[in-house]
Amino acid sequence: MPARVIVVTSGKGGVGKTTSTANIAAALAKFGKKVVAVDADVGLRNLDVIMGLENRVVFNFIDVIEKTCKLSQALVKDKRVPGLYLLPAAQTRTKDAVNPQQMIELCEELKPDFDFILLDCPAGIEGGFKNAAAGADEALVVTTPEIPAVRDADRIIGMLESMGKSPIRLIINRLRPNMVQDGDMLAKDDILDVLSIDLIGVVPEDEGVIRATNNGEPMTMTLDSPAAHAYLNIAERLLGNDVPLMDLESYTSRGFFSWIKKLFKRRTRQY
Amino acid sequence: MDFLRKLFGGGNDGSGAKAKDRLRIVLIHDRTDISPELLDSLREEIVSVLSKYMEIDNDKIEIDLDRDEKAVALVANIPVLRIKRGNVDYDKV
Repeated sequence: MPARVIVVTSGKGGVGKTTSTANIAAALAKFGKKVVAVDADVGLRNLDVIMGLENRVVFNFIDVIEKTCKLSQALVKDKRVPGLYLLPAAQTRTKDAVNPQQMIELCEELKPDFDFILLDCPAGIEGGFKNAAAGADEALVVTTPEIPAVRDADRIIGMLESMGKSPIRLIINRLRPNMVQDGDMLAKDDILDVLSIDLIGVVPEDEGVIRATNNGEPMTMTLDSPAAHAYLNIAERLLGNDVPLMDLESYTSRGFFSWIKKLFKRRTRQY
Repeated sequence: MDFLRKLFGGGNDGSGAKAKDRLRIVLIHDRTDISPELLDSLREEIVSVLSKYMEIDNDKIEIDLDRDEKAVALVANIPVLRIKRGNVDYDKV
């Protein structure tokens, strides 16, 4: 069966598109799928660094499009997880170096060899987004529980719908369960109410993300943090498995001692 | 009392509720945002339909989206000069 092509996008920058792409790609590979993560952010590439493969990049997908090299030469094989590949972006070119038609052709060329093609989309709604979205059938929209990110997600969802992408599913990233509990953060249902699209997962705020980026190792490879489990669940849901949402509140300690601590916290906040 | 309520976390409207309200209003406006070109073409079509039935004052037409806090309405002010009685087949109405 040819690959499912999924664009990972958000509109707003800095909400975790690249981190999500890397972790979902690695998780899918761990489940035995053959996966290629394509960095569609031409000129500002970062997926190679997040995946820890920056030293092994020789060619990029613009080279493939311009026939400077063969597709197989540009693909970087991740030696840590079987079946995981990166197709890097060009760093010294601009988004104008490709057009949507070329992206569609590139995806068609990749399709027979993979189960999943994940396209890491640049921020914004201009050419870069249109290129990345062109080749995709499905979409994952990443947002954080903040007004600007949800607003931009709404815009992007509208554009993806008009392009006929389906299904379009939402990842809520960097949620802080304790802030939601205190009523100081948009909750999962608040966001789903206004966006009215299907949720595929909620990823809690997690210091492990920074450590993983420092180490160049997607969290789903080592699985030692809450965010890693959330991404693993997202990958399972992509595979069609019915996995219940994580009980994020269990990550906020709720014992008697922490209740006392919380009381003091409230007091200090008040005065 | 207020102090006690806050201490025990009850009835404490956090900033999350405010964020939800603001988000909802922002999205109502975003989703009904209309470009000047689209508004012009809407105006032309409305005028062409109305012109079949009545003579209207083209220079004084006002069509715009009226926004308040909670909703958006299409408001049109179109001065009518004369109804075209001859052109409408009243038997069909």
